[in-house]
Amino acid sequence: MIVAKKKPVEEIIEEVKNYEKILVVGCNECVTVCEAGGKKEVAVLASALRMYFMNQGKDIRLDEVTLERQCDHEYLEEIRNIIDQYDAVISLACGVGVQFMAEKYFSTPILPGVDTCFMGAAEERGVWSERCQGCGHCILARTGGICPVSRCAKRLFNGPCGGSTKGHCEIDKDLVCGWQLIIDRLKELGRLEDYEIIAPIKDWSTERAGGPRKVVREDVRQ
Amino acid sequence: MRLRYPSNIRIILLPCTGKVDVIHLLRAFEKGADGACIVGCLEGECHYNNGNIRARKRVEQVRQILDSIGIGGERVQMYNVSSSEAPRFVKIVEEMTEKIISMGPNPIKIARKRKAA
Amino acid sequence: MKTNTPSKLEKILKAGHMAVTSECGPPRGSDPEAITKKAEMIKNHVDAINITDNQTSVTRLCSLAACIRLKLMGLEPVLQMVVRDRNRIALQSDILGAASFDIYNILCLSGDHQQFGDNPQGQNVFDIDSMQLIQMVRLMRDEGKFLGGDDIERPPRMFVGAAANPFADPFEIRVPRLAKKIAAGAEFIQTQCIYNLDKFELWLKQARDRGLHERVFILAGVTPFKSAGMAKYMKNRVPGMDVPDEVVKRMSGVPKEKQAEEGIKICVESIQRLKEVEGVSGFHIMAIEWEEKVPEIVERAGLYPRPSVED
Ligand code: SF4
Ligand code: SF4
Repeated sequence: MIVAKKKPVEEIIEEVKNYEKILVVGCNECVTVCEAGGKKEVAVLASALRMYFMNQGKDIRLDEVTLERQCDHEYLEEIRNIIDQYDAVISLACGVGVQFMAEKYFSTPILPGVDTCFMGAAEERGVWSERCQGCGHCILARTGGICPVSRCAKRLFNGPCGGSTKGHCEIDKDLVCGWQLIIDRLKELGRLEDYEIIAPIKDWSTERAGGPRKVVREDVRQ
Repeated sequence: MRLRYPSNIRIILLPCTGKVDVIHLLRAFEKGADGACIVGCLEGECHYNNGNIRARKRVEQVRQILDSIGIGGERVQMYNVSSSEAPRFVKIVEEMTEKIISMGPNPIKIARKRKAA
Repeated sequence: MKTNTPSKLEKILKAGHMAVTSECGPPRGSDPEAITKKAEMIKNHVDAINITDNQTSVTRLCSLAACIRLKLMGLEPVLQMVVRDRNRIALQSDILGAASFDIYNILCLSGDHQQFGDNPQGQNVFDIDSMQLIQMVRLMRDEGKFLGGDDIERPPRMFVGAAANPFADPFEIRVPRLAKKIAAGAEFIQTQCIYNLDKFELWLKQARDRGLHERVFILAGVTPFKSAGMAKYMKNRVPGMDVPDEVVKRMSGVPKEKQAEEGIKICVESIQRLKEVEGVSGFHIMAIEWEEKVPEIVERAGLYPRPSVED
C-alpha cells in the first residue's frame, strides 16, 4: 500500500487559515489502512480545526466526507455537487489523490493533509516500512525476492557495501541491511552461488529518471 | 462507603477505557467540556488486556492536538485507579476540578457564547 | 612482463615487488599546498598515492584536481572514484579528464552514504555501483567504448583497482565478493584497515583456495592508531571495521604520551607479519592526517628503499 503520515495540525492550520468554507476529504484505501487519512482521521482533523477557528473567533464551516478512493474518477465525482460550496478542500489521500482531485476540480484549492511516504507493508500494528520504489522493471526474481532498490540505502545491485555490520546497514543500527536479507534468502533457496552473477547496469529510464511515467493498456482501454 | 465528590462533573460509564477514541474526547471539548479525565483500571490489570494502555496513548494524542490548537492539553488527564480505591478516585476528581478551575473555562465555550450574543 | 597500462604501480606489482601505496585526503578548501606538502612528505617512500574522493561524504577539493597536482609533481596518483555523487555521464567524463592528464590508476568505490558527511540532506546518485564502475572502466580502456556504445578517441589507460573489506558482514560472501570484483575486471585490491590479522589471513586463505591471489594483486590496508581513543572510535563507530579487544587494550595499556609510538609499532608488526603471507602483494598505508609518519613505517617495516621501474 501507499504509506502516509498525518501532517501536524499546525502546518494544516497555516495552509487553511484564510479560508472560510472547508471540506475535509478522506480516502478509504491505503491511507485508511495506515491510519493517516481515513474516516477517523478526517473526524479528528475536522474537530481540531473547528475548535481552533472557534477559539480564534472565526466563523467557518468545516464539513467531512470520506470517499472510496480519490485516485478514480468514479468516486471523485461523488463530490461534484457539493464542491462549489467550499473555498478549499483538505484531502487526506496520498499525493496521488490530492492531485487527481485538483485536476478534476480545477478552480478549488486542494491542500494535502498527509505526507505521502512510500510504498510499503504493515510490519506490525503501527509500523510500516518501505518495500518498493516502482522502478518500472522488477528484478526480484534475481535477488531472492528482496528489492535492492528500496531496501539498500545505496540501491546497490551488487552489494553489500563494506559498511554492512551484523545484519545492519551502515547508516543506521536499527535498519536491516537489504543485502544481508538478499544473501540470507538466496541461501535459504539454495541459490547462494547466484550471488556471483554480476547484475548488469540498470536501465533507469523506466524509473523516475525517465520522466513522468504512464501505463497504457490498449486491451482494457475504452 | 459513600463518599462525596464535586458535583460539577459528569460520569460516563464505559466497559473499558480502550473504548475511548481520540474523536470522543475532541467532541467533548468541541461541545464545551472544560476538562476530561479518563479513569481506567491499573496498568496490567485490564480485563481486555491492554485497553488502558491504548487509552493512555490516545489521551497523549488528544493532549498534543489541544495544545496545538490553543485549548490546552492539560485539560485531559489519564488516571489508573482500581475499583477498591474510592477515596483515591475522589481525590483525583478534586485535583482535576481544581486544575481546571485554575485554567479557566474551555475557550470554545466562551467563543460559542460570544457568537450567540 | 606484459602490462596493460603505463601505470608504475602495475609495473612494480608485475615485476614481483611488494608495492607500497598511501593516501592523502584533499583539503576542505582550495589551497594546493595542502596536497603538495603531504605528497612531499611521502613521495620517496611509496609507489603511488591514492587521493580520496570526498571521503566519509564530507565535501572537499575534488580527487581529480588533487591527482593532477600530484601528476604535475611527477608522482603517481591513484584516482579514487565513488559512485555516490556522479551518474554514468559524469563518471565517464571524469575518467576521460583524468586520462587526459595521464592518470594511470583508478580505485572504484561505492562511497560512504551521504548521511555521514556535511550534507546529510543531499540527494545521492548510485546510478551504477562500484562493481559496475570496474566493468565500465575496463570497457572504456580495453574496448575503447563508452557505455553507450560509441568509440572513444584515445581511450583511458588505467590500472583498475577495487576495495575489499574482509571484515564486513556477512563473512561467508566476502571471498565470493572478491571473486566477483575480479570477474568484473579489478586488477588490484586495496583492503580495509586490518587489525584482526587472524580473520584477514582466514579470508586470504579462502581466496587462495580459489586461486584468486593469482588473478589480482592484493594490497593489505593498514592504519596506525594515534591514540587509544582513536582505536576505540574505530572499533565502535566506524561501520565495517574490526578492531579486536586485545588491540584496544594494548593501546590503552601504555601511557598517553607513548600511545602514538605504540600505534606505529602495531602497524609495523602487522606489516612484517603479513609480508610473509602468500597472496599479499603489497601494502596500502592510510595514515589519516598523519602522513609524516609514513616514511618511518615504511622504513621500519623493511620496505625501503622502493624499487625503481623503467618507464
Ligand atoms: S525491483 Fe523495482 S519494481 Fe521490483 S520491488 Fe524493487 S523497486 Fe519495486
Ligand atoms: S549496509 Fe547494506 S543496505 Fe546499507 S548501504 Fe551497504 S549494502 Fe546497502
